Amino acid sequence: MRKVAIIGTGMTKVDKHWRKSLKELFGEAGIAALNQTGSPAIDCLIVGNMCASDLSDQNNIGALLADYLGFVPNTAYRVEAACGSGGAAFLAAYSAVASGMYDVVMTGGVEKLTDGVGGNTTLSLGKAADAEYELFYGSSFVSLNAMIMRYYMDHYGVPREAFADFAVLMHRNGSRNPFAQLPFEIKRETVLNSDMISDPITLFDCAPVGDGAAALILCPLEDAKKYSDDFVEVAGISGATDTINIASRESLLSFRSTVTAADRAYRMAHISPADIDVAEIHDTFTITGVLSLEDLGFCERGKFHKMMMNGAFEPGGVVAVNPSGGLKSRGHPVGATGAYQIAELFLQLTGRAGKMQVPDASIGLAQNIGGSGSSTYVTVLRRV
Amino acid sequence: MSVPRYWREIPRRTRLETVKCSECGTVAYPPRARCGKCGSSNFENYRLPEKGRLVTFTIVRNPPKGFEKMPPYIIGVVRLEDGTIITSQLTDVEPEDVSVGMEVEAAFRKVVEDGDSGIIQYAIKFRPVVK
Ligand SMILES: [Zn+2]
Repeated sequence: MRKVAIIGTGMTKVDKHWRKSLKELFGEAGIAALNQTGSPAIDCLIVGNMCASDLSDQNNIGALLADYLGFVPNTAYRVEAACGSGGAAFLAAYSAVASGMYDVVMTGGVEKLTDGVGGNTTLSLGKAADAEYELFYGSSFVSLNAMIMRYYMDHYGVPREAFADFAVLMHRNGSRNPFAQLPFEIKRETVLNSDMISDPITLFDCAPVGDGAAALILCPLEDAKKYSDDFVEVAGISGATDTINIASRESLLSFRSTVTAADRAYRMAHISPADIDVAEIHDTFTITGVLSLEDLGFCERGKFHKMMMNGAFEPGGVVAVNPSGGLKSRGHPVGATGAYQIAELFLQLTGRAGKMQVPDASIGLAQNIGGSGSSTYVTVLRRV
Repeated sequence: MSVPRYWREIPRRTRLETVKCSECGTVAYPPRARCGKCGSSNFENYRLPEKGRLVTFTIVRNPPKGFEKMPPYIIGVVRLEDGTIITSQLTDVEPEDVSVGMEVEAAFRKVVEDGDSGIIQYAIKFRPVVK
Protein backbone atom coordinates (compact mmCIF):
# COMPACT_ATOMS: atom_id res chain seq x y z
CA MET A 1 0.00 0.00 0.00
CA ARG A 2 1.21 3.48 -0.90
CA LYS A 3 1.12 6.37 1.57
CA VAL A 4 -1.50 8.94 0.62
CA ALA A 5 -1.56 12.75 0.88
CA ILE A 6 -4.26 15.37 0.63
CA ILE A 7 -2.93 18.15 -1.60
CA GLY A 8 -5.84 20.55 -1.92
CA THR A 9 -9.36 21.31 -0.79
CA GLY A 10 -12.30 23.53 -1.64
CA MET A 11 -15.53 24.30 0.16
CA THR A 12 -18.63 26.38 -0.32
CA LYS A 13 -20.17 28.18 2.61
CA VAL A 14 -22.87 25.94 4.10
CA ASP A 15 -26.12 27.79 3.49
CA LYS A 16 -29.55 27.70 1.93
CA HIS A 17 -28.18 28.17 -1.59
CA TRP A 18 -31.46 28.89 -3.40
CA ARG A 19 -29.67 30.10 -6.54
CA LYS A 20 -27.27 27.15 -6.88
CA SER A 21 -27.95 23.59 -8.01
CA LEU A 22 -26.31 20.38 -6.82
CA LYS A 23 -23.76 20.37 -9.62
CA GLU A 24 -23.01 24.08 -9.31
CA LEU A 25 -22.23 23.65 -5.62
CA PHE A 26 -19.82 20.77 -6.21
CA GLY A 27 -18.39 22.59 -9.22
CA GLU A 28 -17.49 25.54 -7.01
CA ALA A 29 -15.74 23.36 -4.42
CA GLY A 30 -14.04 21.23 -7.08
CA ILE A 31 -12.65 24.21 -9.01
CA ALA A 32 -11.31 25.73 -5.78
CA ALA A 33 -9.47 22.48 -5.01
CA LEU A 34 -8.12 22.24 -8.57
CA ASN A 35 -6.88 25.83 -8.46
CA GLN A 36 -4.87 25.07 -5.33
CA THR A 37 -3.06 22.16 -6.91
CA GLY A 38 -2.17 23.38 -10.41
CA SER A 39 -5.23 21.69 -11.92
CA PRO A 40 -3.87 18.14 -12.26
CA ALA A 41 -5.64 15.53 -14.42
CA ILE A 42 -8.18 13.77 -12.20
CA ASP A 43 -8.04 10.00 -12.77
CA CYS A 44 -11.12 9.29 -10.69
CA LEU A 45 -13.89 11.21 -8.91
CA ILE A 46 -15.58 9.61 -5.87
CA VAL A 47 -18.28 11.78 -4.36
CA GLY A 48 -20.49 11.37 -1.29
CA ASN A 49 -24.18 12.26 -1.44
CA MET A 50 -27.28 11.05 0.33
CA CYS A 51 -30.47 12.74 -0.83
CA ALA A 52 -30.13 13.71 -4.52
CA SER A 53 -32.39 10.92 -5.76
CA ASP A 54 -35.16 11.99 -3.34
CA LEU A 55 -34.85 15.77 -3.43
CA SER A 56 -33.26 16.60 -6.81
CA ASP A 57 -34.64 13.64 -8.82
CA GLN A 58 -31.06 12.83 -9.74
CA ASN A 59 -29.08 9.62 -9.50
CA ASN A 60 -25.80 8.84 -11.30
CA ILE A 61 -24.10 11.74 -9.54
CA GLY A 62 -20.64 10.51 -10.58
CA ALA A 63 -21.30 11.01 -14.28
CA LEU A 64 -23.22 14.25 -13.67
CA LEU A 65 -20.30 15.84 -11.83
CA ALA A 66 -17.55 14.37 -14.03
CA ASP A 67 -19.37 15.90 -16.99
CA TYR A 68 -19.82 19.28 -15.25
CA LEU A 69 -16.17 19.43 -14.16
CA GLY A 70 -14.73 18.24 -17.49
CA PHE A 71 -13.38 14.89 -16.22
CA VAL A 72 -15.10 12.80 -18.93
CA PRO A 73 -14.15 10.01 -19.83
CA ASN A 74 -12.45 9.20 -16.52
CA THR A 75 -13.92 7.09 -13.72
CA ALA A 76 -16.55 8.66 -11.46
CA TYR A 77 -19.06 7.32 -8.99
CA ARG A 78 -21.08 8.21 -5.92
CA VAL A 79 -20.83 6.64 -2.47
CA GLU A 80 -23.85 6.64 -0.17
CA ALA A 81 -23.70 5.97 3.56
CA ALA A 82 -26.36 8.43 4.74
CA CYS A 83 -24.75 11.29 6.74
CA GLY A 84 -21.50 9.29 6.55
CA SER A 85 -21.36 9.49 2.74
CA GLY A 86 -18.52 12.03 2.70
CA GLY A 87 -16.36 9.97 5.05
CA ALA A 88 -17.16 6.78 3.14
CA ALA A 89 -16.28 8.44 -0.18
CA PHE A 90 -12.98 9.59 1.35
CA LEU A 91 -12.20 6.03 2.48
CA ALA A 92 -12.91 4.76 -1.05
CA ALA A 93 -10.70 7.50 -2.53
CA TYR A 94 -7.92 6.75 -0.06
CA SER A 95 -8.10 3.05 -0.95
CA ALA A 96 -8.03 3.87 -4.66
CA VAL A 97 -4.78 5.83 -4.31
CA ALA A 98 -3.16 3.60 -1.68
CA SER A 99 -3.77 0.49 -3.78
CA GLY A 100 -2.11 2.01 -6.84
CA MET A 101 -5.29 1.79 -8.89
CA TYR A 102 -5.42 5.58 -9.44
CA ASP A 103 -2.85 8.34 -8.91
CA VAL A 104 -4.82 11.57 -8.59
CA VAL A 105 -8.31 11.26 -7.16
CA MET A 106 -10.87 13.93 -6.35
CA THR A 107 -13.28 13.10 -3.55
CA GLY A 108 -15.70 15.09 -1.44
CA GLY A 109 -19.38 15.43 -0.94
CA VAL A 110 -22.35 17.49 -2.02
CA GLU A 111 -25.85 17.91 -0.68
CA LYS A 112 -28.77 20.03 -1.88
CA LEU A 113 -31.35 19.71 0.89
CA THR A 114 -33.28 22.88 0.11
CA ASP A 115 -34.63 21.39 -3.12
CA GLY A 116 -36.85 19.22 -0.90
CA VAL A 117 -40.45 20.33 -0.37
CA GLY A 118 -42.35 20.02 2.91
CA GLY A 119 -41.95 16.73 4.77
CA ASN A 120 -39.86 15.28 1.92
CA THR A 121 -36.58 16.41 3.48
CA THR A 122 -37.44 14.89 6.88
CA LEU A 123 -38.48 11.68 5.16
CA SER A 124 -35.36 11.55 3.02
CA LEU A 125 -33.03 12.08 5.99
CA GLY A 126 -34.99 9.48 7.94
CA LYS A 127 -34.08 6.86 5.35
CA ALA A 128 -30.75 6.45 7.15
CA ALA A 129 -32.74 4.30 9.60
CA ASP A 130 -34.40 0.91 9.06
CA ALA A 131 -37.31 1.57 6.68
CA GLU A 132 -39.35 -1.47 7.71
CA TYR A 133 -38.72 -1.54 11.45
CA GLU A 134 -38.17 2.10 12.42
CA LEU A 135 -39.56 4.47 9.77
CA PHE A 136 -42.65 2.29 9.35
CA TYR A 137 -43.80 3.31 12.83
CA GLY A 138 -43.39 7.02 12.16
CA SER A 139 -39.91 7.35 13.63
CA SER A 140 -37.88 10.19 12.22
CA PHE A 141 -34.12 10.59 12.39
CA VAL A 142 -34.58 13.07 15.26
CA SER A 143 -36.88 10.80 17.23
CA LEU A 144 -34.40 7.89 17.28
CA ASN A 145 -31.70 10.19 18.62
CA ALA A 146 -34.15 11.72 21.08
CA MET A 147 -34.73 8.27 22.57
CA ILE A 148 -30.96 7.80 22.91
CA MET A 149 -30.67 11.21 24.59
CA ARG A 150 -33.42 10.45 27.11
CA TYR A 151 -31.80 7.10 27.90
CA TYR A 152 -28.41 8.79 28.42
CA MET A 153 -29.87 11.46 30.71
CA ASP A 154 -31.68 8.83 32.81
CA HIS A 155 -28.67 6.51 32.96
CA TYR A 156 -26.03 9.03 34.07
CA GLY A 157 -28.30 11.57 35.73
CA VAL A 158 -26.96 14.24 33.38
CA PRO A 159 -29.27 17.28 33.25
CA ARG A 160 -30.71 18.55 30.01
CA GLU A 161 -28.82 21.87 30.44
CA ALA A 162 -25.49 20.09 30.01
CA PHE A 163 -26.39 19.34 26.39
CA ALA A 164 -27.39 22.96 25.83
CA ASP A 165 -23.88 23.98 26.92
CA PHE A 166 -22.41 21.74 24.22
CA ALA A 167 -24.43 23.66 21.61
CA VAL A 168 -23.24 26.96 23.13
CA LEU A 169 -19.60 25.90 22.69
CA MET A 170 -20.21 24.80 19.09
CA HIS A 171 -21.79 28.15 18.21
CA ARG A 172 -18.95 30.07 19.89
CA ASN A 173 -16.51 28.13 17.69
CA GLY A 174 -18.63 28.48 14.57
CA SER A 175 -18.92 32.25 14.98
CA ARG A 176 -15.28 32.36 13.76
CA ASN A 177 -15.90 30.19 10.69
CA PRO A 178 -16.50 32.06 7.39
CA PHE A 179 -18.03 28.89 5.91
CA ALA A 180 -20.51 28.28 8.75
CA GLN A 181 -24.24 28.27 8.15
CA LEU A 182 -25.04 29.60 11.63
CA PRO A 183 -22.00 31.74 12.52
CA PHE A 184 -23.41 33.31 15.67
CA GLU A 185 -23.17 32.79 19.41
CA ILE A 186 -26.10 31.51 21.44
CA LYS A 187 -26.96 31.22 25.13
CA ARG A 188 -28.00 28.17 27.08
CA GLU A 189 -31.56 29.57 27.12
CA THR A 190 -31.57 29.71 23.31
CA VAL A 191 -31.41 25.92 23.30
CA LEU A 192 -33.75 25.34 26.24
CA ASN A 193 -36.43 27.70 24.92
CA SER A 194 -36.33 26.70 21.25
CA ASP A 195 -39.14 24.61 19.73
CA MET A 196 -39.49 21.02 20.93
CA ILE A 197 -38.89 18.72 17.95
CA SER A 198 -38.90 15.29 19.56
CA ASP A 199 -38.61 15.24 23.36
CA PRO A 200 -36.11 15.99 24.81
CA ILE A 201 -34.48 17.33 21.60
CA THR A 202 -35.25 20.95 20.79
CA LEU A 203 -34.47 22.83 17.58
CA PHE A 204 -31.10 24.09 18.87
CA ASP A 205 -29.93 20.58 19.77
CA CYS A 206 -30.12 19.84 16.04
CA ALA A 207 -27.76 20.57 13.18
CA PRO A 208 -29.47 22.91 10.70
CA VAL A 209 -30.69 21.86 7.25
CA GLY A 210 -28.49 23.36 4.57
CA ASP A 211 -26.71 22.93 1.25
CA GLY A 212 -23.01 22.62 0.65
CA ALA A 213 -20.14 20.94 -1.10
CA ALA A 214 -16.54 20.19 -0.22
CA ALA A 215 -13.86 18.70 -2.46
CA LEU A 216 -10.48 17.14 -1.69
CA ILE A 217 -7.68 16.02 -3.99
CA LEU A 218 -5.55 13.00 -3.04
CA CYS A 219 -2.36 11.60 -4.51
CA PRO A 220 0.52 9.34 -3.41
CA LEU A 221 2.49 11.05 -0.61
CA GLU A 222 5.71 10.79 -2.59
CA ASP A 223 4.19 12.83 -5.45
CA ALA A 224 2.53 15.48 -3.27
CA LYS A 225 5.28 18.12 -3.72
CA LYS A 226 4.67 18.13 -7.46
CA TYR A 227 1.24 19.65 -6.92
CA SER A 228 1.39 21.77 -3.80
CA ASP A 229 3.63 23.05 -1.01
CA ASP A 230 0.84 22.48 1.48
CA PHE A 231 -0.14 18.86 1.94
CA VAL A 232 -0.96 16.50 4.79
CA GLU A 233 -0.60 12.76 5.21
CA VAL A 234 -3.53 10.41 5.77
CA ALA A 235 -2.00 8.59 8.74
CA GLY A 236 -4.90 6.37 9.77
CA ILE A 237 -8.33 5.57 8.43
CA SER A 238 -11.12 3.10 9.01
CA GLY A 239 -14.85 2.54 8.72
CA ALA A 240 -17.08 0.34 10.87
CA THR A 241 -20.74 -0.58 11.25
CA ASP A 242 -23.40 -1.37 13.83
CA THR A 243 -26.95 -2.73 13.49
CA ILE A 244 -29.18 -0.61 11.25
CA ASN A 245 -31.90 -0.30 13.90
CA ILE A 246 -30.99 1.08 17.29
CA ALA A 247 -33.13 -1.45 19.20
CA SER A 248 -30.82 -4.32 18.14
CA ARG A 249 -27.76 -2.71 19.77
CA GLU A 250 -26.03 -4.05 22.85
CA SER A 251 -26.09 -0.54 24.31
CA LEU A 252 -27.72 2.78 23.53
CA LEU A 253 -24.96 4.58 25.45
CA SER A 254 -22.23 4.13 22.84
CA PHE A 255 -21.93 3.88 19.08
CA ARG A 256 -19.92 0.69 18.58
CA SER A 257 -19.17 1.73 15.00
CA THR A 258 -17.29 4.79 16.27
CA VAL A 259 -15.38 2.82 18.92
CA THR A 260 -14.32 0.21 16.36
CA ALA A 261 -13.41 2.62 13.56
CA ALA A 262 -11.46 4.88 15.94
CA ASP A 263 -9.57 1.98 17.48
CA ARG A 264 -8.48 0.76 14.03
CA ALA A 265 -7.55 4.25 12.81
CA TYR A 266 -5.53 4.96 15.98
CA ARG A 267 -3.61 1.70 15.56
CA MET A 268 -2.92 2.36 11.91
CA ALA A 269 -1.56 5.83 12.77
CA HIS A 270 0.32 4.49 15.85
CA ILE A 271 -1.30 7.06 18.11
CA SER A 272 -3.68 7.22 21.07
CA PRO A 273 -6.56 9.67 21.60
CA ALA A 274 -4.24 11.82 23.75
CA ASP A 275 -2.04 12.56 20.72
CA ILE A 276 -4.81 14.33 18.82
CA ASP A 277 -4.61 18.12 18.73
CA VAL A 278 -7.80 18.91 16.85
CA ALA A 279 -10.90 16.85 16.10
CA GLU A 280 -13.90 17.42 13.90
CA ILE A 281 -16.59 15.18 15.37
CA HIS A 282 -20.09 14.31 14.23
CA ASP A 283 -22.64 16.23 16.32
CA THR A 284 -25.86 15.88 14.34
CA PHE A 285 -27.58 16.40 17.68
CA THR A 286 -25.96 17.47 20.94
CA ILE A 287 -26.32 13.87 22.20
CA THR A 288 -24.46 12.60 19.13
CA GLY A 289 -21.59 14.99 19.88
CA VAL A 290 -21.44 13.85 23.51
CA LEU A 291 -21.45 10.13 22.65
CA SER A 292 -18.74 10.80 20.07
CA LEU A 293 -16.48 12.52 22.64
CA GLU A 294 -16.78 9.39 24.77
CA ASP A 295 -16.54 6.82 21.97
CA LEU A 296 -13.39 8.47 20.58
CA GLY A 297 -11.73 8.24 24.00
CA PHE A 298 -11.65 11.98 24.76
CA CYS A 299 -13.56 11.79 28.03
CA GLU A 300 -14.92 9.43 30.65
CA ARG A 301 -18.50 8.27 30.08
CA GLY A 302 -21.15 10.47 31.64
CA LYS A 303 -18.57 13.10 32.67
CA PHE A 304 -18.37 15.41 29.66
CA HIS A 305 -20.02 18.45 31.18
CA LYS A 306 -17.50 19.31 33.88
CA MET A 307 -14.60 18.72 31.50
CA MET A 308 -16.23 20.83 28.84
CA MET A 309 -16.88 23.73 31.22
CA ASN A 310 -13.19 23.54 32.28
CA GLY A 311 -12.09 24.05 28.67
CA ALA A 312 -11.04 20.46 27.97
CA PHE A 313 -12.41 20.60 24.43
CA GLU A 314 -10.89 23.93 23.45
CA PRO A 315 -7.36 24.80 22.29
CA GLY A 316 -4.96 24.18 25.18
CA GLY A 317 -7.26 21.53 26.66
CA VAL A 318 -7.42 17.77 26.08
CA VAL A 319 -8.31 18.20 22.41
CA ALA A 320 -9.74 21.11 20.44
CA VAL A 321 -13.17 19.85 19.38
CA ASN A 322 -14.92 21.24 16.30
CA PRO A 323 -13.16 24.59 15.88
CA SER A 324 -15.35 24.84 12.75
CA GLY A 325 -18.47 24.89 14.91
CA GLY A 326 -19.25 21.29 14.05
CA LEU A 327 -22.48 20.15 12.46
CA LYS A 328 -24.34 22.33 14.95
CA SER A 329 -22.97 25.67 13.74
CA ARG A 330 -20.94 25.07 10.56
CA GLY A 331 -23.95 23.10 9.33
CA HIS A 332 -24.66 19.59 8.14
CA PRO A 333 -25.04 19.21 4.37
CA VAL A 334 -25.38 15.50 5.11
CA GLY A 335 -23.45 13.70 2.37
CA ALA A 336 -20.84 16.48 2.30
CA THR A 337 -20.27 16.76 6.05
CA GLY A 338 -17.50 14.16 6.21
CA ALA A 339 -15.66 15.99 3.44
CA TYR A 340 -16.03 19.36 5.23
CA GLN A 341 -14.52 17.86 8.37
CA ILE A 342 -11.44 16.63 6.51
CA ALA A 343 -11.10 19.88 4.54
CA GLU A 344 -11.25 21.86 7.81
CA LEU A 345 -8.53 19.66 9.33
CA PHE A 346 -6.42 20.22 6.21
CA LEU A 347 -6.65 23.98 6.85
CA GLN A 348 -5.77 23.45 10.53
CA LEU A 349 -2.73 21.27 9.82
CA THR A 350 -1.41 23.60 7.11
CA GLY A 351 -1.86 26.63 9.40
CA ARG A 352 -4.47 28.33 7.24
CA ALA A 353 -7.55 28.08 9.45
CA GLY A 354 -7.63 31.83 10.18
CA LYS A 355 -9.59 32.76 13.30
CA MET A 356 -10.36 29.06 13.86
CA GLN A 357 -6.66 28.10 13.97
CA VAL A 358 -5.65 25.73 16.77
CA PRO A 359 -2.03 26.68 17.62
CA ASP A 360 0.59 24.09 16.54
CA ALA A 361 -1.97 21.55 15.38
CA SER A 362 -0.10 18.58 13.95
CA ILE A 363 -2.49 15.62 14.31
CA GLY A 364 -6.17 15.87 13.41
CA LEU A 365 -9.09 13.46 13.57
CA ALA A 366 -12.37 13.46 11.63
CA GLN A 367 -15.29 11.30 12.71
CA ASN A 368 -18.24 11.04 10.36
CA ILE A 369 -21.33 9.02 11.31
CA GLY A 370 -23.94 7.53 8.98
CA GLY A 371 -27.41 7.05 10.45
CA SER A 372 -27.81 6.89 14.21
CA GLY A 373 -24.42 5.24 14.59
CA SER A 374 -24.99 2.44 12.09
CA SER A 375 -21.76 3.35 10.32
CA THR A 376 -18.79 5.55 11.21
CA TYR A 377 -15.73 6.66 9.25
CA VAL A 378 -12.68 7.88 11.17
CA THR A 379 -9.73 9.57 9.48
CA VAL A 380 -6.48 10.66 11.15
CA LEU A 381 -4.39 13.29 9.37
CA ARG A 382 -0.78 14.25 10.14
CA ARG A 383 1.11 17.41 9.30
CA VAL A 384 4.08 16.56 7.11
CA MET B 1 -46.41 1.59 0.26
CA SER B 2 -46.89 -1.26 -2.23
CA VAL B 3 -49.14 -4.14 -1.15
CA PRO B 4 -46.44 -6.86 -1.48
CA ARG B 5 -43.99 -4.79 0.54
CA TYR B 6 -46.52 -4.35 3.33
CA TRP B 7 -47.71 -7.98 3.13
CA ARG B 8 -44.18 -9.47 3.42
CA GLU B 9 -43.67 -8.03 6.91
CA ILE B 10 -47.07 -8.98 8.36
CA PRO B 11 -45.78 -11.96 10.42
CA ARG B 12 -43.22 -9.79 12.22
CA ARG B 13 -45.15 -6.57 12.57
CA THR B 14 -48.56 -7.95 13.51
CA ARG B 15 -47.78 -11.28 15.21
CA LEU B 16 -44.25 -10.69 16.56
CA GLU B 17 -43.03 -13.80 14.73
CA THR B 18 -39.30 -13.86 14.18
CA VAL B 19 -36.33 -16.25 14.38
CA LYS B 20 -33.88 -17.60 16.95
CA CYS B 21 -30.39 -18.93 16.18
CA SER B 22 -30.37 -22.75 16.35
CA GLU B 23 -26.71 -22.77 17.39
CA CYS B 24 -26.42 -20.13 20.12
CA GLY B 25 -30.04 -19.23 20.88
CA THR B 26 -29.72 -15.53 20.03
CA VAL B 27 -33.06 -14.02 19.03
CA ALA B 28 -32.95 -11.88 15.91
CA TYR B 29 -35.62 -9.21 15.49
CA PRO B 30 -36.02 -8.51 12.65
CA PRO B 31 -34.69 -11.79 11.16
CA ARG B 32 -31.12 -11.90 9.79
CA ALA B 33 -29.50 -14.17 7.18
CA ARG B 34 -26.60 -14.92 9.57
CA CYS B 35 -26.44 -14.73 13.35
CA GLY B 36 -24.56 -11.60 14.47
CA LYS B 37 -23.25 -13.50 17.52
CA CYS B 38 -22.00 -16.84 16.19
CA GLY B 39 -22.22 -16.63 12.37
CA SER B 40 -24.62 -19.54 12.01
CA SER B 41 -27.27 -19.38 9.30
CA ASN B 42 -29.50 -21.99 10.96
CA PHE B 43 -32.56 -20.41 12.52
CA GLU B 44 -35.81 -21.69 13.95
CA ASN B 45 -39.11 -19.85 14.18
CA TYR B 46 -39.67 -17.96 17.38
CA ARG B 47 -42.51 -15.84 18.73
CA LEU B 48 -41.65 -12.85 20.87
CA PRO B 49 -43.38 -12.36 24.24
CA GLU B 50 -46.11 -9.72 24.24
CA LYS B 51 -45.15 -7.99 27.46
CA GLY B 52 -42.20 -5.86 28.41
CA ARG B 53 -40.97 -2.59 29.91
CA LEU B 54 -40.39 0.77 28.29
CA VAL B 55 -36.65 1.52 27.94
CA THR B 56 -36.92 5.00 26.42
CA PHE B 57 -39.36 7.07 24.38
CA THR B 58 -39.94 10.31 22.56
CA ILE B 59 -42.90 12.39 21.50
CA VAL B 60 -42.77 13.18 17.79
CA ARG B 61 -43.87 16.74 17.04
CA ASN B 62 -42.25 17.15 13.63
CA PRO B 63 -43.41 14.03 11.77
CA PRO B 64 -42.08 12.57 8.52
CA LYS B 65 -44.25 12.61 5.39
CA GLY B 66 -47.32 10.40 5.75
CA PHE B 67 -47.64 11.02 9.50
CA GLU B 68 -48.64 14.70 9.31
CA LYS B 69 -52.10 14.06 10.77
CA MET B 70 -50.78 12.03 13.69
CA PRO B 71 -48.65 14.19 16.06
CA PRO B 72 -47.98 14.33 18.83
CA TYR B 73 -47.46 10.58 18.87
CA ILE B 74 -45.11 8.49 20.98
CA ILE B 75 -42.29 6.29 19.70
CA GLY B 76 -40.82 3.90 22.23
CA VAL B 77 -38.14 1.27 22.67
CA VAL B 78 -39.44 -1.71 24.63
CA ARG B 79 -37.47 -4.51 26.31
CA LEU B 80 -39.68 -7.62 26.08
CA GLU B 81 -39.77 -10.26 28.78
CA ASP B 82 -37.19 -12.43 26.95
CA GLY B 83 -34.78 -9.49 26.67
CA THR B 84 -35.44 -8.74 22.99
CA ILE B 85 -35.61 -5.02 22.31
CA ILE B 86 -38.06 -3.58 19.79
CA THR B 87 -39.09 -0.17 18.47
CA SER B 88 -42.75 0.72 17.95
CA GLN B 89 -45.38 3.29 18.85
CA LEU B 90 -47.06 3.52 22.22
CA THR B 91 -50.84 3.61 22.15
CA ASP B 92 -53.83 4.12 24.46
CA VAL B 93 -51.83 6.59 26.57
CA GLU B 94 -51.32 10.35 26.68
CA PRO B 95 -47.75 11.68 26.35
CA GLU B 96 -47.78 13.11 29.90
CA ASP B 97 -48.61 9.68 31.37
CA VAL B 98 -45.67 7.86 29.80
CA SER B 99 -42.67 6.98 31.98
CA VAL B 100 -39.48 4.98 31.49
CA GLY B 101 -39.73 1.55 33.09
CA MET B 102 -43.51 1.28 32.80
CA GLU B 103 -45.01 -2.12 31.99
CA VAL B 104 -46.42 -2.39 28.48
CA GLU B 105 -48.14 -5.05 26.38
CA ALA B 106 -48.72 -5.62 22.67
CA ALA B 107 -51.86 -4.20 21.06
CA PHE B 108 -52.92 -4.52 17.41
CA ARG B 109 -53.46 -1.02 16.00
CA LYS B 110 -53.57 1.05 12.83
CA VAL B 111 -50.31 2.83 12.08
CA VAL B 112 -51.12 4.96 9.04
CA GLU B 113 -53.32 5.16 5.95
CA ASP B 114 -51.89 5.59 2.47
CA GLY B 115 -54.15 8.46 1.40
CA ASP B 116 -57.76 7.95 0.31
CA SER B 117 -57.32 4.85 -1.82
CA GLY B 118 -54.14 3.19 -0.52
CA ILE B 119 -53.75 0.40 2.01
CA ILE B 120 -54.33 0.87 5.73
CA GLN B 121 -51.22 -0.26 7.57
CA TYR B 122 -51.50 -2.14 10.86
CA ALA B 123 -48.93 -3.32 13.37
CA ILE B 124 -48.31 -4.20 16.98
CA LYS B 125 -48.01 -1.12 19.16
CA PHE B 126 -47.56 -1.16 22.95
CA ARG B 127 -49.98 0.06 25.60
CA PRO B 128 -49.62 0.39 29.36
CA VAL B 129 -50.58 -2.71 31.34
CA VAL B 130 -53.65 -1.80 33.41
CA LYS B 131 -53.59 -3.42 36.82
ZN1 LIG C 1 -25.99 -17.69 16.88
